[in-house]
Amino acid sequence: MTNHWNDLQHTDCALIIGANPAENHVISFRWLTKARENGGKIISVDPRFTRTSSQADVYASLRSGTDIPFVGGMIKYALDNNLIHKEYVANYTNASFIVKEGYEFKDGLFSGYDEAKRSYDKTKWALESNPDGTPVKDMTLEHPRSVFQLMKKHYSRYDVDTVTAVTGTPKEDYLNVCKTFCATGKAGKSGTIMYAMGATQHTVGSQNVRIYAILQLLLGNIGIPGGGINAMRGESNVQGSTDFGLLYDNLTGYLASPKATVPEHATLAGYLAKETPVSGYWSNKPKFVVSLLKAWYGSNATKDNEFGYHFLPKGNKNYSHINLFKTMYDGGLDGAFFFGTNPVVGGPNAGKEKEALGKLKWLVAIDLWETESSAFWQKAAGSNPADIKTEVFLLPASASFEKEGSISNSSRWMQYRWKAIDSRGEARPDLDIIHELATKLKKLYAGSSKSADKPFLALDWNYGTGDVPDIDLVAKEINGYDLTTGKLLPGFGALKDDGTTSSGNWIYSGFYPEEGKNKSKNRDNKDTGGHHYLNWSFAWPMNRRIIYNRASADANGNPWSKEKAVIWWDSLQNKWVGNDVPDFKADTAPAAPGGTGAFMMNKDGVALLFAPTLNDGPFPEHYEPYESPMPNAFSSQEINPAITLFEGDFNKRGFKSDYPIVATTYRVSEHWQSGTMTRNQEWLSELAGHMFVEISEELAKEKGIKNKDKIVVTSARGEIEAYAMVTKRYKPFKVRGKQVHQIGMPWHFGFKGYATGATANRLTPHIGDANTMIPEYKAFLCDVRRA
Amino acid sequence: MVEINLNRRQFLKLSGATAVTLAVVELGFNEKKAYAQSKGFKIAKATVTPTICCFCGVGCGILVHTKDNTVVYTEGDPDNPINEGKLCSKGTTLRQLYTSEKRLTKPLYRAPGSDKWVEKDWNWMLDTIAKRTKETRDASFVETENGITVNKTEKIASLGGAALDNEETYLLSKLMRGLGVTYLEHQARI
Repeated sequence: MTNHWNDLQHTDCALIIGANPAENHVISFRWLTKARENGGKIISVDPRFTRTSSQADVYASLRSGTDIPFVGGMIKYALDNNLIHKEYVANYTNASFIVKEGYEFKDGLFSGYDEAKRSYDKTKWALESNPDGTPVKDMTLEHPRSVFQLMKKHYSRYDVDTVTAVTGTPKEDYLNVCKTFCATGKAGKSGTIMYAMGATQHTVGSQNVRIYAILQLLLGNIGIPGGGINAMRGESNVQGSTDFGLLYDNLTGYLASPKATVPEHATLAGYLAKETPVSGYWSNKPKFVVSLLKAWYGSNATKDNEFGYHFLPKGNKNYSHINLFKTMYDGGLDGAFFFGTNPVVGGPNAGKEKEALGKLKWLVAIDLWETESSAFWQKAAGSNPADIKTEVFLLPASASFEKEGSISNSSRWMQYRWKAIDSRGEARPDLDIIHELATKLKKLYAGSSKSADKPFLALDWNYGTGDVPDIDLVAKEINGYDLTTGKLLPGFGALKDDGTTSSGNWIYSGFYPEEGKNKSKNRDNKDTGGHHYLNWSFAWPMNRRIIYNRASADANGNPWSKEKAVIWWDSLQNKWVGNDVPDFKADTAPAAPGGTGAFMMNKDGVALLFAPTLNDGPFPEHYEPYESPMPNAFSSQEINPAITLFEGDFNKRGFKSDYPIVATTYRVSEHWQSGTMTRNQEWLSELAGHMFVEISEELAKEKGIKNKDKIVVTSARGEIEAYAMVTKRYKPFKVRGKQVHQIGMPWHFGFKGYATGATANRLTPHIGDANTMIPEYKAFLCDVRRA
Repeated sequence: MVEINLNRRQFLKLSGATAVTLAVVELGFNEKKAYAQSKGFKIAKATVTPTICCFCGVGCGILVHTKDNTVVYTEGDPDNPINEGKLCSKGTTLRQLYTSEKRLTKPLYRAPGSDKWVEKDWNWMLDTIAKRTKETRDASFVETENGITVNKTEKIASLGGAALDNEETYLLSKLMRGLGVTYLEHQARI
């Protein structure tokens, strides 16, 4: 989230799309309710009339997988009706930049497409620059190759009639959404966009979020109270686990993993030269990287050995979830660790992921419960135990309140959890398990002189002398030290690239600035102004609660409006002041070089309406889902031209002739993710005890299905049986003159726990987004019949 | 244990005495007598520890009441500015994560081809896991590729971690990369 939960109360309009917070982020909704009491409006856009929709002022339905037409049309509406915040757009985005000649967009393809490789040559989307490297600009935004004009042209095709014919949204509802939300383009008004997995779990997931960001930038809604682009995280620390680099392509703090396939990455100097932009805050990257290497390799990281850079693994491919399971399925993996994860219920095409587990030699599962994944070899999983040679180690883990440590919520607030009680039975905290495993491995490798063992032996691992690690030492290592004095660092501004500082995760540096002051433990809940609660917990980076808050003031440093002021330039004190920590250099005056660079992480200090960095185009463009009930109305490219396609039986594709109904998955309030944490509890199991499939009255009538009947849902991947829930919450869509049905189902169920039921992900496909490889759980084809 | 600053009103709220006292007063009972009875309540003299909910990304505060080595009660933390004491159905039932009979209490091992779990001690489990990790790493370790130092194993995967604490994710990321693991993924991807 650019903003935070408490800040939602300041919004004049919340556009909730691809999310159902009233059900899945329940407590967030009290701040939306408060916003409404203050006169704010709530818009819910969803294929299904959800609990959120029931609390909204405006509801609009859309067929799954049509967010880009929906929001693209809103962009056109805002431009056509002159509702954008033009001064903000001109100053704080790359609208004025000039795209080089040769860029074009034709029939769904951007320039530079290689059909054989299914990828783009992004150099064909380059921007013009002056001899000194600064961008060429036209502040009138009139140049035909300015980003603004190209964007206008791109979305001129997204007219209301075409859009609503594709999305299936009633035209009147659609125009109501456009009018209500685009009213926040005025200074003094703010609108927020709240999204979750309904937005991201698509083959165009990244571009869905991109198009929300473009709309927000045009309306001047980023950096202000009640504004922003707010991803609602589904797990208590999925923000933190991502920040700490538990994805193959990032080390901690979003530093790219070095690659064997990038020749420059052969050396640290080459890596830093390649990965560090010439301007913007990321120009400090060498300080973050070297400090991380110092945290990981300690005294074994020296100037002479490139600070241990070569100890890091360098991959040569995409190792993300789907590819990981494809490799496992093909017998390419021998061992796996599962830390509180359950892909046999939660993974896409879960039947195949279960089969893949049987190809492992060993599996270690660390969990509070026996899950469907650790039990994949059992008869109840549909397996024959005798045929499965996988050795399985199941380690009991402590619950969150049986140990201590911090977690980071969607607002980036790092809050501490104290230990309330000793662990149940012999359960142990993951921290202890990881530490003891590392210690045992260190012993096994001790004394080896093999070159292959050097990288692991060089890993600095000093968290006290007992079996139990000292968590305080871990926390301090994350914050980082001045290695010349041994003192904790005040923040990432103090990091250096010469090996004299360390920090395990630069974006968190500053949460533990001196001995005894772990700010994640801060519990002063007094409102310090703007409902930012600056003394409650710690928000990364540097306790900033609204990021990009420089954009809340105009180029001269004055707030756009009194109502939405956050920080402003105080010319007497010569610094930025306000009710939040400035997301800007505190003493850089508006007139100074870089003084209007509100988006300081980016090379030119502006936000990117045109983003020549994504794999599937600089502007979001609509493509139909991998499995779609209709041809693409916007071009002859049916599916995202830059997604990776899988061949063979790992992922069968369904077509509308066999599977005419659109399906999606979702969650219910009483269960969480794959259900292991909730289906093993008595009360929640009783509250939501059965797998069901929600279908419209119209579809039920067509298929002769009554409420509570047992039905079978089939897709190209498999079939499941569940109870039919016949509701008015789904209505057939009218798309391009034809009726299309959509159904939905929760994905929480499996064969373990008190509440058991069929696993929805037996139906979903192994196909991923062009940038992130997130699976397309939210739009696939199926058919339905009575059991 | 954290020190939480409780004023008298909050203390009464936490101990449950206020609500109960008011309820009995409304019914016409003797307040003093009711207060005396409240001393016997389950959460009287319980230790209160603040935590953050382990489910979604909102980050609501929860107070965990423990007594006689069990969790006797959980409730929303009124001091946490995000939820101000309110909770959803999942947050409300946090206690059952401790009390559920389904909790794993011992390490379990399943041998190749076997149809059952066998209880093992921690030491055997971690020793054997360390051995397997080393065997697989050593047999698959690649030091160079096309003349570039790569120091990796592509035969071990690590998945999960979105429910772990930051300190745990940090050590996990460090350990796995330290071993050369490239298949490192978790729930943020899916």
